[in-house]
Amino acid sequence: MRNLEEKLKNQARYDALFRRLAQAMGVLVILLVIGVFFTLVKESWPAIKAFGLRFLWTTTWDPINLEFGALPFLVGTLITSFLALAMATPFALAGAIFLGELAPPKVANPVSFVIELLAGIPSVIYGLWALFYLVPLVRYFQMKIGAPPYGLGLFTASLVLAIMILPYAMSVARDVIRLVPQDLKEAAYSLGATRWETIRHVVLPYARSGILAGIVLALGRALGETMAVTMVIGNRSAMPHSIWDLANTMASVIANEFTEATEDVHLAALVEIGLLLFIITVVVNLIARLVIIKTRVR
Amino acid sequence: MRNQDPRKTPFPARENWRRMKNRIILTVITVLALLPAIPLFLILFQLLKEGLSSLSLDFFLHLPAPPGEPGGGGIANALVGTLIIVGLAVLIGVPVSILAGIYLSEYGRHGKLSETIRVCADVLQGVPSIVIGIVAYAWVVKPMGHFSALSGSVALALMMIPVVVRTTEEVLRLVPDILREAALALGVPYWRTVLKVVLPTGMVGVSTGILIAVARIAGETAPLLFTAFGNQFLTLNPLEPMSALPLVIFNYAMSPYEDWWRQAWGASLVLVFMVLGLNIVSRILARKIAGEK
Repeated sequence: MRNLEEKLKNQARYDALFRRLAQAMGVLVILLVIGVFFTLVKESWPAIKAFGLRFLWTTTWDPINLEFGALPFLVGTLITSFLALAMATPFALAGAIFLGELAPPKVANPVSFVIELLAGIPSVIYGLWALFYLVPLVRYFQMKIGAPPYGLGLFTASLVLAIMILPYAMSVARDVIRLVPQDLKEAAYSLGATRWETIRHVVLPYARSGILAGIVLALGRALGETMAVTMVIGNRSAMPHSIWDLANTMASVIANEFTEATEDVHLAALVEIGLLLFIITVVVNLIARLVIIKTRVR
Repeated sequence: MRNQDPRKTPFPARENWRRMKNRIILTVITVLALLPAIPLFLILFQLLKEGLSSLSLDFFLHLPAPPGEPGGGGIANALVGTLIIVGLAVLIGVPVSILAGIYLSEYGRHGKLSETIRVCADVLQGVPSIVIGIVAYAWVVKPMGHFSALSGSVALALMMIPVVVRTTEEVLRLVPDILREAALALGVPYWRTVLKVVLPTGMVGVSTGILIAVARIAGETAPLLFTAFGNQFLTLNPLEPMSALPLVIFNYAMSPYEDWWRQAWGASLVLVFMVLGLNIVSRILARKIAGEK
């Protein structure tokens, strides 16, 4: 009898122990995020101290005289991301409508499968392809219109980004469009609406916030994308003046200079750019999350 | 109405216009939807075309050679490096993630702590990979004083954890409560119920989550740039700098040598086969779960 009691007590102890362990690992996830933030702040402290808020709006990036301002990279990231988003959104939306509403399942299912596989191709491979096929194409185009024929630059980077985020944005939007209840669509058809009228006045309004969330998530990806952009943007740390210019984004300047930075302030300035990138993407992702929660509530 | 001649409806012009508009817009949508397929298929086609020509047995078995040398060298060190770095990342990331997933599904379905953990997992998943690389540099490379495969694995584990946590939670939530109650009714303590009943029931789903995460991190380059760093030689020591497929692709693509470009395409093809293979296996597993229900 005593033996059994002891056993039960032991089991209760194990139970508590296991629960603690699982909880600790859950808490670890929170600590990791906090740790990431504070590590970035700590490592960039020399730069924060040296340049203060000036870091955000000065345009000089001079590793030799140790004068650092991040504005060219902020601008580079914003231009490439939003240009990519502007190029990808119409196609992504059309693709989502096509796969979710127009195409018969026999076509839509295999195509969706292929698109999801494409979304999984590593970004360095998109970069390789862009470097050897897209860059000559863009150069040819630039010569035709009389722009400086670098081939590399902001425009090429935006184009690769657009191609990369397209499968992702499309599959999110398609999932949302598929969730539109059949009754609503049938109601519209029974009133004599054409297919387009049903899509325009029933499907799209119903799926609006979900599609918006998909676009914001795609933006989050574009902002942080490193390799493909680094390979085709030209790596020039000055303020870009046109979309044909060679430039740098926040991610690409880190990728290019981090291992070469010998001065502490230079390294800290690069980490500070990482910190800014972290803050921007967290905000963008939280916005997308809020939009999704709002959708679910409705 | 549908079978009637539209000209006989009360507003013939308007009806015709609506039909026309419908047809025009649907055509435009279809064309817009099919256009992006062109670059995407071009990528696959050119990858196959350029990659296949540089594949050979030597390519898999040899170490890198200087550009211009006949035979050209291979990617043996990068293949081994990728396996070691990703394997270590799985060893670091998976136990943490499964336990955290168990906590979310079994102990804290509701409540502030769980909600915070979920938000943090989402935040961590959204952190750009290059930033993860900086953090792994600060956590591992700086204290050690030199680049190492281990620091690369830490970076990849950080990217893997949120994915596995969320899929584990979702899969374990689907395990019916009846199973838990049956085990508890037999006097099995809860921790054993979780480990012997709940987790095995959801195992297929959990492994799908792990495979998806591995497919995602296997192709990551940015977090390895200043952690694993790359290495010309074959090494099995995780405390040394180590090569990986994505690093080789990046370094060779940016080099000025045509030999190396060719090898970059070959390495890309190998990487794509690995990643797509993992993706397809995980999808088949996921479909199997859906079929069982």
